[in-house]
Amino acid sequence: MTLWLIALIPFFGAVLPSLLERSGRNACAAATGVVTLAALVLLLSRAPAVYRGEVLRTQVEWLPQIGLSFSFFLDGLGLFFAALILGIGLLIIIYARFYLGRNDPIGRFYAYLLLFQGAMVGIVLSDNILGLLVFWELTSLTSFLLIGYWRHLPEARQGARMALIITAGGGLSLIAGMLLLGHIAGSYQLTEILARGAQIKASPLYVPALLLILGGAFTKSAQFPFHFWLPHAMAAPTPVSAYLHSATMVKAGVFLLARLWPALAGTDTWFMIVAPVGMVTMLIAAWIAIFKDDLKQVLAFSTVSHLGMMTMLLGLGTPMAAVAAVFHILNHATFKAALFMSAGVVDHEAGTRDIRRLGGLLTLMPITATLSLIAAASMAGIPLLNGFLSKEMMLEQVAQTSYLGTPWLFPALAGLATLLSVAYSARLGIRTFLGPRRHDYPARPHDPSAGMWLPIAVLVLPVLAIGLMPATFAGAIVERTALAVVGGPLPEYHLALWHGITPALLISLVALAGGAATFFIYHRLNAIRLVLLRPDAKTMFEAAIGAVALTARRWIDATHTGSLQRYVGVIVGVIVVLGAVGFWSVNHGEGTRPTLPMTVPAVIAWIALIGASIAVALQHHDRILVLILTSVVGLVVSLGFMQFSAPDLALTQISVEVVTTILLLLALNLLPRTSARETRPLARWRDAGVASVAGIGIAGLAYAVMTRGFDSISAYHLAESKPGGGGTNVVNVILVDFRGFDTFGEIIVLGIAAITIFALLDKSLKGAAARRLAALRMVEEAKDAHPMILVVATRVLLPLALTVGAYIFMRGHNQPGGGFIAGLIVAIALITQYMASGYVWAAERRPFDAHALIGGGIAIAGLTGIASWVFERPFLTSAYDYLHLPVMGEFGIASAVAFDLGVFLTVVGVTILSLAQISRIAQRAERSPDTDSPMDIHFAIEPNGTVAIADPVRQEK
Amino acid sequence: MEVLVASATGVLVAVGVYLLLRGQTFPVIVGLTFLSYAANVFLFAIGRLAINRPPIISPDAAGYTDPLPQALVLTAIVISFGMTALIMVLALRGFLETGSDRVDLDTLDDAQAPREKPDPVRVGSPA
Repeated sequence: MTLWLIALIPFFGAVLPSLLERSGRNACAAATGVVTLAALVLLLSRAPAVYRGEVLRTQVEWLPQIGLSFSFFLDGLGLFFAALILGIGLLIIIYARFYLGRNDPIGRFYAYLLLFQGAMVGIVLSDNILGLLVFWELTSLTSFLLIGYWRHLPEARQGARMALIITAGGGLSLIAGMLLLGHIAGSYQLTEILARGAQIKASPLYVPALLLILGGAFTKSAQFPFHFWLPHAMAAPTPVSAYLHSATMVKAGVFLLARLWPALAGTDTWFMIVAPVGMVTMLIAAWIAIFKDDLKQVLAFSTVSHLGMMTMLLGLGTPMAAVAAVFHILNHATFKAALFMSAGVVDHEAGTRDIRRLGGLLTLMPITATLSLIAAASMAGIPLLNGFLSKEMMLEQVAQTSYLGTPWLFPALAGLATLLSVAYSARLGIRTFLGPRRHDYPARPHDPSAGMWLPIAVLVLPVLAIGLMPATFAGAIVERTALAVVGGPLPEYHLALWHGITPALLISLVALAGGAATFFIYHRLNAIRLVLLRPDAKTMFEAAIGAVALTARRWIDATHTGSLQRYVGVIVGVIVVLGAVGFWSVNHGEGTRPTLPMTVPAVIAWIALIGASIAVALQHHDRILVLILTSVVGLVVSLGFMQFSAPDLALTQISVEVVTTILLLLALNLLPRTSARETRPLARWRDAGVASVAGIGIAGLAYAVMTRGFDSISAYHLAESKPGGGGTNVVNVILVDFRGFDTFGEIIVLGIAAITIFALLDKSLKGAAARRLAALRMVEEAKDAHPMILVVATRVLLPLALTVGAYIFMRGHNQPGGGFIAGLIVAIALITQYMASGYVWAAERRPFDAHALIGGGIAIAGLTGIASWVFERPFLTSAYDYLHLPVMGEFGIASAVAFDLGVFLTVVGVTILSLAQISRIAQRAERSPDTDSPMDIHFAIEPNGTVAIADPVRQEK
Repeated sequence: MEVLVASATGVLVAVGVYLLLRGQTFPVIVGLTFLSYAANVFLFAIGRLAINRPPIISPDAAGYTDPLPQALVLTAIVISFGMTALIMVLALRGFLETGSDRVDLDTLDDAQAPREKPDPVRVGSPA
């Protein structure tokens, strides 16, 4: 449970700074700090158990079907990284409070920071690799937000985009790799995967899985050739650079390599790929770092170089190299975060980060300068500081490594990289802080407030402490963490300052001297660099992205012409071809199921349907005629349902038919009443050809199906309908009980459609549509907009229709009927009022709101489903009993009836809302004077006592 | 009887597809209606044809036809009404906004050509 909290506290806490934004910067920072501190304290409370050698686990199932669970575990490695993330996070929060300017929205910054923190902690504590992937993607997203925090700066946006594309692209590769890994290991739990290293390494899928996982790790940790995004991410505010791009996120890749070390490392493939990639990264980035003038750029490339070193160490695949890697992760986090923060301080106080414009700051800002110089010296690997110790361990390991049969290759390259790192560290420290004081700083440099230098001091402290007494201050941490990385016993080693004269020490000394020399011949080196090829990653990246976008654009232009006819033609054509291929690739026999004999009425109905259909195709430009012919087709279809034992379908079809016809009529009121004739006969014949082939295909398929026997699962429904569902109408019982969840979904879809219709038309009362509506003139109008016979007939029929609706609804569970049909009948009765008496008249008298009907219907259906939870049954389990009503007879009252009521209300609401809305729009177009005063019959009592019927229209005139 | 139902389904599909390939909204919508008929009938026919075998449990019944396709088709009929209504309204709104009831986007050439002024639209004039 505690593990859960540790990972989730930052996520929940992220709400706080956004809420407290108005309460001031201190409140924001304090809230963020407290959240982080809470998570850190919880984490540290578990530390003793971990240091006793326990592995803490917690698991909650999420999607067990695909092996996804919320599961966390805490071992030495997880504890180490989580403490690093939360501890440095705390310092960064304090630092950022003083770093960010008055105009920077600080609430947003802290909210992003906490989200990132939560995602990072999630990665390092995840036990389930699918869960890990979720957190992994979250770090990519949150880092995108943080890099782009200063939205107004184009570099920030470009840098954020580049970082997102590279790291999220790597994330995709990682997803594939992790899925493969889970497949090989047979489990998605890290704790189990780590125990099955031998099985994984022996699998034929090992190499693909490894390559894909490395794709994720290398992009995240900015390894060559994906290193270029990190320097561009430096457009972020300095606290972000210090936190994400030195101490935590970029180490996620290294963490992953360390985490999966027992499962993946130790093979030749691993060594041949990971070690040289790390080595090349380390070397190239160190070389570039020498020539950068921006402090943050120097630090960025130096970070890439150090990440390369850690990757290389893990790539060596020996337990001792893993110990060195862990030790260096710890040391690098301390001195590099300190350096980033002090670069921010220099920028803040001196007004520039450009090395060429700085120098002599030691006397002006002594505290910052001292702290920075110590950290820089540690980065250079000068003795008595922690950077020296881990560098020595690295050189020691490299000195024993032979790559491609060449024993000197790795030591030489590593020595060269060390030399370069001495050079850039020296340049950074000396050119910024030493030398003569200048007179042209853009601002007046001075030491910042304690809030900004204290976090740096807290990080420099371990630089000194570990540097002087490594065994005391780092021994236990390194040992416990390395044990977790290696997953087995560690070799004999001890952290100490003095190991005697070793090859590593010799390389180190040469590197120190060489680095110092490099610093003095800087200008000559720079001249050499200018001659060399200097590919600019950003230009190449932008060109690649541009090319991809252009290709996509061309494809879209070529395929998406905006012609619906073309799309439909292609779709139908492909379906026809696929169907034909399927048909002709297998042998088919004649169907053996006995067919029903033809009857005369059936043939007559068939002729009516075929005739009407063909007439529609031929006369489709005359829209009113099409409407009439279409309803003939609908009528025949419902007769067909009637004939073939589907009374419910017949009832539904005939009611829908009425509603659809009304709908189309209402729409035709506003649309042109004729379609343009097809001008190209060739196109007409081509379309007819495509359509005929599709029709013949479907007809053949339907015939083939109907003449063959089949097994149905419906025996269960037929048998259980009465005893299980309490109804004899099996179709209705299926709808409201067996497949009630489907029905529930469908009424929601209906509701959404109706509300969309409402929104679409509601907006058309404004803007261009409204002007066009107002301009509509009814050229051909009935003399009497509301004929009396129609008005009277619909009003008399209304109560009758409502009664029929109620009856159809009540009997639906046992006889043909039910919520859908009853809903349609009631809706028709109401809609005809709109038709006969006009929108205004009907709307004024409508006692309910159609939106409320839809919402209420869905709510009733949903609540009926939930009610079964009270009885500890699954959603929508129904119960029933019998009820005797006078006159109407015996009714089975099942809880499903309540569900059906929900269906009924939704259908009424949907139909009314859709049709009334169209009729409301049409109202805007109607101009005849008597449309707005629908005919009502007023009874006036004459003085002599007789009752006269007054015509309201005439009266008003 | 099966031949009649199968051929009718085929004709409904053919007319539906043909209308879908027209260039204006109303025929396209009617085409969708035809395809809905066809799809519903086809789905219904999957349960095979039977006469006088309604799936209403009763002691006198000689047998029952398959109720499951009927339940599927019942909701499909109602949903296809919802779909028709939505598309109809989309077409209507499009027509009101642009004054054109063509289903295609203007091609590049059309977009560059000066647009004809659709206002005021004369609706309902006899063809």
